[in-house]
Amino acid sequence: MTVLGGIGFTAPWLLLALAALPVLWLILRAVPPAPIRRRFPGVALLLGLKDDENVSDRTPWWLLLLRMLAVAAIILGLAGPVLNPETDTAEGSGPVLIVLDGSWAGASRWPDQMDAVEAQLTRASRAGRPVAFLDLSRPEEPVFQAADIWRSRLPGFVPAPWQPDAPRAIELIAELGDFDTMWFTDGLDYPGRDAAITAFEEKGAVVVYQTSGNVLAMSPASYENSAVQLTAIRAAAGPEREVTLQAQGRDPAGNATILASVPVVFGDGETTAQTELSLPAELRARITRFDIQGQRSAGATTLVDDALRRREIGLIAGREDREGLQLLSPLHYLEQALAPNADLIRGALTDILPANPDVIILADVATLSASEEEALGLWIDEGGMLVRFAGPRIAASDISRVDEDPMMPVRLRTGGRTVGGAMSWGEPKSLAPFPERSPFFGLEVPDEVQITSQVMAQPDPTLAERVIAELTDGTPLVTRKARAQGQIVLFHITATADWSTLPLSGLFVQMLERLSVASSSTRPDAASLDGTTWTPEQVMDGFGALSDAGTLPGVPGPDLIAAPAGPDMRPGIYASGDRRLARNVVQADTTLIPASWPAHIPVKGFAVAPEQPIAGWLLSLSILLLLADVVASLAISGRLIGRVNLAAAIGLVAVLGLSQPDTVRAQDTETDAFALNATTEMVLAHVLTGNREVDDIAAAGLQGLSDMLYFRTSVEPALPVGVNLEINELAFFPILYWPVTPDQPRPSAEAYAKLNAYLRSGGLILFDTRDADIARFGAASPNGRKLQDLAAPLDIPPLEPMPADHVLTRTFYLLQDFPGRHTSRDIWVEAAPPDAEQIEGMPFRNLNDGVTPVVIGGNDWGAAWAVTSNGAPLLPVGRGFSGERQRELAYRFGINLIMHVLTGNYKSDQVHVPALLDRLGQ
Amino acid sequence: MITPVALRAQAETEATSFPPLLARAEHLAGAVLLGDHGRRRAGLGDDFWQYRPAQQGDSRRMIDHRRSARGDTQFVREREWQIAQSVMLWVDQGASMRFASSDALPEKVDRARLLALATAILLVRGGERVGLTGTSLPPRRGNLQILRLAQVFSKDAAVDYQPPEHRAMIPSARALFISDFMGDVGEVKLALTKAADRGVRGVILHLLDPSEEAFPFRGRTIFESIGGTISHETLKANDLRARYLERLVARKDELRALCAVTGWQYGLHHTDTSAQAALLWLYRALDRGQIR
Repeated sequence: MTVLGGIGFTAPWLLLALAALPVLWLILRAVPPAPIRRRFPGVALLLGLKDDENVSDRTPWWLLLLRMLAVAAIILGLAGPVLNPETDTAEGSGPVLIVLDGSWAGASRWPDQMDAVEAQLTRASRAGRPVAFLDLSRPEEPVFQAADIWRSRLPGFVPAPWQPDAPRAIELIAELGDFDTMWFTDGLDYPGRDAAITAFEEKGAVVVYQTSGNVLAMSPASYENSAVQLTAIRAAAGPEREVTLQAQGRDPAGNATILASVPVVFGDGETTAQTELSLPAELRARITRFDIQGQRSAGATTLVDDALRRREIGLIAGREDREGLQLLSPLHYLEQALAPNADLIRGALTDILPANPDVIILADVATLSASEEEALGLWIDEGGMLVRFAGPRIAASDISRVDEDPMMPVRLRTGGRTVGGAMSWGEPKSLAPFPERSPFFGLEVPDEVQITSQVMAQPDPTLAERVIAELTDGTPLVTRKARAQGQIVLFHITATADWSTLPLSGLFVQMLERLSVASSSTRPDAASLDGTTWTPEQVMDGFGALSDAGTLPGVPGPDLIAAPAGPDMRPGIYASGDRRLARNVVQADTTLIPASWPAHIPVKGFAVAPEQPIAGWLLSLSILLLLADVVASLAISGRLIGRVNLAAAIGLVAVLGLSQPDTVRAQDTETDAFALNATTEMVLAHVLTGNREVDDIAAAGLQGLSDMLYFRTSVEPALPVGVNLEINELAFFPILYWPVTPDQPRPSAEAYAKLNAYLRSGGLILFDTRDADIARFGAASPNGRKLQDLAAPLDIPPLEPMPADHVLTRTFYLLQDFPGRHTSRDIWVEAAPPDAEQIEGMPFRNLNDGVTPVVIGGNDWGAAWAVTSNGAPLLPVGRGFSGERQRELAYRFGINLIMHVLTGNYKSDQVHVPALLDRLGQ
Repeated sequence: MITPVALRAQAETEATSFPPLLARAEHLAGAVLLGDHGRRRAGLGDDFWQYRPAQQGDSRRMIDHRRSARGDTQFVREREWQIAQSVMLWVDQGASMRFASSDALPEKVDRARLLALATAILLVRGGERVGLTGTSLPPRRGNLQILRLAQVFSKDAAVDYQPPEHRAMIPSARALFISDFMGDVGEVKLALTKAADRGVRGVILHLLDPSEEAFPFRGRTIFESIGGTISHETLKANDLRARYLERLVARKDELRALCAVTGWQYGLHHTDTSAQAALLWLYRALDRGQIR
């Protein structure tokens, strides 16, 4: 590639063609534009006329320039120009090995790194060099292939949530021939890196690509001083910098969210920054992880396990003797063991249970009252853990003597036993090693633990499976039984040092931890997890995202603490029984050491401006210029007849473009006007059915009803409006009159949503099938079927025929018939509640406490109400005087209906008047 | 190509708004052929000749209602006209007439045929004899002659510029020449002088397309006649405009002068103006003999 003035050309020799441009200029200039042939009878008069001058036969200079530019753009475009060409031409030949650190430290800048790798692949591809990849975090045998093949596989490289494995990589390259190395490093030092540098340099030149950014990470969170202690660390000490730590978790609804965030400042020249985060226990228990805002790597994420979870433990002693010595208190050792990492609750059992503690410890409590036992049983069944300690009272009581007590795991023998005392035979007993199925398996049994007294379990068939710790002579020391979701554990000794030395030893605390009575605030050491197996629940990838562990095998407990992270020891959440432990990428003792490179190895940044071929742009430009040339040539040769049309079209487009917002604005104005009209005064509305005749009659009917309301009542409606369900807002109207026609369109889902909202917020729809003269209520007529179809998606309560004491019969006029043009009595309204009963002495039942959302009938009220513009009835009703009476009743129904809508159950409340008068009388 | 029937229908439409045309007869005595029914009846001053049943082609205004009301048949009242004037038409059928500068305008030849036939219809209704110059269609009366004229008018000539036909002109008859007169003006001169020799008076209608008056051309152009026999190339058409218009004016002046000398009348008509206007002018020119 040749570089001229910052732009590279892949085919520079083509540029020589630019020299031909002046020649082209001369040629083009000499050739006049092609003539037009015109048929013209007047040519006879033209014969013999000569042209005055020869000016126009040459192409105008600006047109020539246009053409020159177009040709120049074509030549330049074909010469393959490249913006930001890779000027480093000293790229040798031979195979290239691209080495990736591929650890979590590079995850935050992984896309940049991949871009840089791709740029190098492009170079290698151009130079025809075979390329192999070596991901140090997941070392595999490097295979040299064409760069283009690797380019398609680039997205397959993702960072690993552990540190690179340099020794393995050195083994892998030992067998290869010579190659150049491009090392994309994450910027952290790790064991074996120096050896790897040496190994790569033996094979050829090494170039290191490293980002200038710093690596940030987070140490595991701990709980001290009633607050969560958070620590952020960085690899290179630099200037003062503030980062934000976030506590991620789930909100009460179970959605992932940021529960808290706290800023933390790295001091100038410091590599660690610490802060405290004080959160309520409830909130704290929901935290699943902490991370650094803006950092997307496994190292900047620290998972949270039981350590932050403080259990609530209720402590109850059978004999609370405050006046006695503190050390003799049955709860003293328990408090000492539990207080550092659990919240202790004291009080009566009935007071503790509503707080729903995780664990309740009963120290030498023999009997419980029946109600207490019932409440405690319920709590255990729902997952509570009851831990009981024996003692003199239990030994003396008859609890669980003959039959197994529900609150005890085993039956007990009378009296217990005492060994090794002054008055007894034998030596004090010590603990036997814990059996494998015991939760205590793996704990070291210290020699000094000696048992002198205990209560004895009756040998029952179930005893063997309930023993989780026993003495050297095989007598059970700790027994446990499951009960529904919860469990009951009995220590056959006291919680004090009276009967044994166990409460004095560290084993006591460890046993409580294993029972997950206590969760350790400090991280367990490897030894304390000896013998346990932890199964991964969720594992973390290099970006810090958690995914289900699937079928990954379990790991031994000590490894979880001590072994370095790797493919066999993935960071994540591990569980054993009830306990959960988080294995984080960055441990508490991890320090980040920035990578340093020998002086002779060139270190480059990622940021390379990518090469950008601009041939396409130039060729496009030339096409545009040629198009312009076509227009210009037509114009000067007089052939651009449509010039006026062209200008008109451009103008039209501009006008259309400009007028678009106007229509929107006009629509807004229209909506506003509709809303203003509907809300400044009360307006009756009818639903537009699309049938012109029906709509007109409905409008005229509502006009007639509005007039009647105006004359007779204090309701003074404005002009009625037709409502388009799809467009108009319904909330403005107290009532909608909906005449049903068989051919009206079904409203859309949005319209139904509006209608349901309207009904729920107190609106009333008067459905009128207008066919009561020929059909009864139901699906007998087309209108009835259409009504059923229309109303199916509506939120309509159960209906019943209007009862005689419905409030509609008396809201203004006393009515029993509701005729329109037809006189059917089938009017359906919301059903009365089933418990409505007529009370003695009351004229009406105490019915619905609201407005019926629908009134359904077929009496064609709109037609009966309808008036012409001068107020005369529009349509005949009935015959003669009785017809006029029917019309009058139709108006009365309309007035009653509007009154019902506007006043609700006001008239229904009058049912209480006798009672009120009665009370006033007294 | 317009069909004779359509041409006739169109011409009838144009002619309906005019009363029958009586061409002015100047030399009654010698020069006029006898009319079909002339002088059979005594009393020259009496206009009435006979009632005849109305035929196709008679306009409604010709119906005599007093007579027709007596029976079911409609009658036309014919007047006696002892003599009939002969009018000879010549329409330039050359290729140069088949030109229209835009789709909205009719070709010149269409307009020319329309005007000629409409005039012929009016003349026939007035009882005149109408024919073509030359020997192809001598003047005759009656509606059949209209159809013959229409048939002849619907044939195009191949030559670019057709010279006026001046053979077999009936002495003292009247003539109507319609053309764009773009061809050799000498031929026109010959025809007119020959006509004047025989006492034939007439009318020249100079029919032009608006683009021939405006010359709205620009740029390098090759102008060709419609038949393709003549062409002229120019590099700058807009420069030629003034000189072309000069020549056109000169052509018009020449024709006017020729008419003045021979006692003809000269009229100018453009295809973008109404055919009715031209027909009105022709009507009056043939009726009165002279337009002042």
